[in-house]
Amino acid sequence: MSGPLILGIESSCDETGVGIVRGHELLANEVASSVEEHVRFGGVVPEVASRAHLHAMVPALRRALATADVDLTEIDAIAVTAGPGLMGALVVGLSAAKALAVAVNKPLYGLNHLVGHVAVDLLDHGDLPQPCAALLVSGGHTSLLAVNDITGDIRELGATIDDAAGEAYDKVARLLGLAYPGGPVIDRAAAAGDPAAIAFPRGLTAGKDLAKHRFDYSFSGLKTAVSRWVETRRRDGEDVPVADVAASFQEAVCDVLTAKAVDACEYLGVDTLLLGGGVAANSRLRALLEERTAARGITLRRPRPALCTDNGAMIAVLGAEVVTAGLAPSGLDIGANPGLDVSVVRVGPASAPGRLAG
Amino acid sequence: MSPVVLGIDTSATVCAGLARGGEVLASGVVDDTRAHAEQLMPLVRRVAAQAGLDGLAGVDAIAVGVGPGPFTGLRVGVVAASVLAEALGLPIRGVCSLDVLAHQGVAAGLVSGEFVVASDARRKEWYWARYGADGRRLDGPFVTAPDELPDLPRVGPVTSTPLDLDAGVLASIAAGLPEAGLEPLYLRRPDAEVPTARKSTLVPPRLAPRRIR
Ligand SMILES: [Zn+2]
Repeated sequence: MSGPLILGIESSCDETGVGIVRGHELLANEVASSVEEHVRFGGVVPEVASRAHLHAMVPALRRALATADVDLTEIDAIAVTAGPGLMGALVVGLSAAKALAVAVNKPLYGLNHLVGHVAVDLLDHGDLPQPCAALLVSGGHTSLLAVNDITGDIRELGATIDDAAGEAYDKVARLLGLAYPGGPVIDRAAAAGDPAAIAFPRGLTAGKDLAKHRFDYSFSGLKTAVSRWVETRRRDGEDVPVADVAASFQEAVCDVLTAKAVDACEYLGVDTLLLGGGVAANSRLRALLEERTAARGITLRRPRPALCTDNGAMIAVLGAEVVTAGLAPSGLDIGANPGLDVSVVRVGPASAPGRLAG
Repeated sequence: MSPVVLGIDTSATVCAGLARGGEVLASGVVDDTRAHAEQLMPLVRRVAAQAGLDGLAGVDAIAVGVGPGPFTGLRVGVVAASVLAEALGLPIRGVCSLDVLAHQGVAAGLVSGEFVVASDARRKEWYWARYGADGRRLDGPFVTAPDELPDLPRVGPVTSTPLDLDAGVLASIAAGLPEAGLEPLYLRRPDAEVPTARKSTLVPPRLAPRRIR
């Protein structure tokens, strides 16, 4: 097979991932999740996640090398998530990647996590038609991207102005007494409900909002509306129809996600939409997006679910693209950037001050 | 010939050093408590070059300070040392960072009799441990307010007898220090609250205006 052999490390949230690819070929994708440790808190606790990354890193590295059946000395470059994400969590993966780069004396590439969610589809479906649009939905992000060149020209068209879609799922699940994380449990509960039972609001779809926030999302108002509706029922001593609430909430989320994504494709004049992020596994989002893209002649691409959630292979394959494009390595003195802009695919070389004693 | 040990510590500042047996070959520090991830590996490369090594070829073992120290910076050294050991196939030994400072304090003649080593734990607290005159740990490590320390002479970065960790020394004495494992000495639990009752989103019922007589 062709293409560079890249080891990628991901630690931006609660998943410790080490992936190995050769070009567009997936050789290993080891993921250790600390999700169980966050359940009782109802959300990711940064310090708990950071401690878990430290525990999981070396074992994940060892498993990935064994699965790929490659020796560290064969690796051409190390790729790592430099941001965006949780600072304390990012730092563990970045430090591990730097140590690995020094140990094997290979270049280090600090890469953008969001772009990794787009790049990962190369492993499943090969070259991405460019330009295209991408919708990324997870517990941490909700973004609409214009992808002109995956290694150098990516622009954010819109993003959530408050909660990520996945966060709204978590909060509504808690309100309904369902488990964390909320995405899969709401999806399951919704299967038995009527999506038209309750007319929950669609954020930023009214005329004046559309003018300013055509491609932005907001889920905070929806969350509050669901909360009010449920509490009113409870206050009045009525049963809460969990399935109907879940289905109606999910419909409101998916309606606005898909409508704006299709609008973005038309605005950009592109005929390919890529769906990524953990919420891409959601059955209603997939179905509605398939229906709406098909109606407009837009090709929908979605990586297999295991590659949609955070993982190391997505960083490794983005690394392979960046190496193939001939971009310079990042340098050993780069830092983690929790707010890294999606337009920065690869963190550039920097120079750091310091003194050498003795 | 004695093995060459690479020492790393990020429990306060960023430190790396090399030793062969008891002899320190090179030692470096970057006095930055907020950029451990940026500074550590470039520093490791510099001290290796200073010791005349070709990259990390020639290193036989890794030693790392596992704190106590502020969490995010501390993890940088521990994960880097662990990955270096894994990738290079070398043995690794974790030591208590305060033990290294205690040894340095004794070697420098800063103390006689029992003493305390203390470092900055932020939030107006100190990490500290109690040591005998020979530099052996008797008690600790702990994290408390400074006024809870025993009434003994104090050395360490935050005390009136300042002393900063030297990773070359760490590398030279690690084999003789108590094994501390590779779990960082956090001493504090993560800041995390289990959610309690949710706040209502309903408008609270308006109270009937009280009639003033
Ligand atoms: Zn993600």
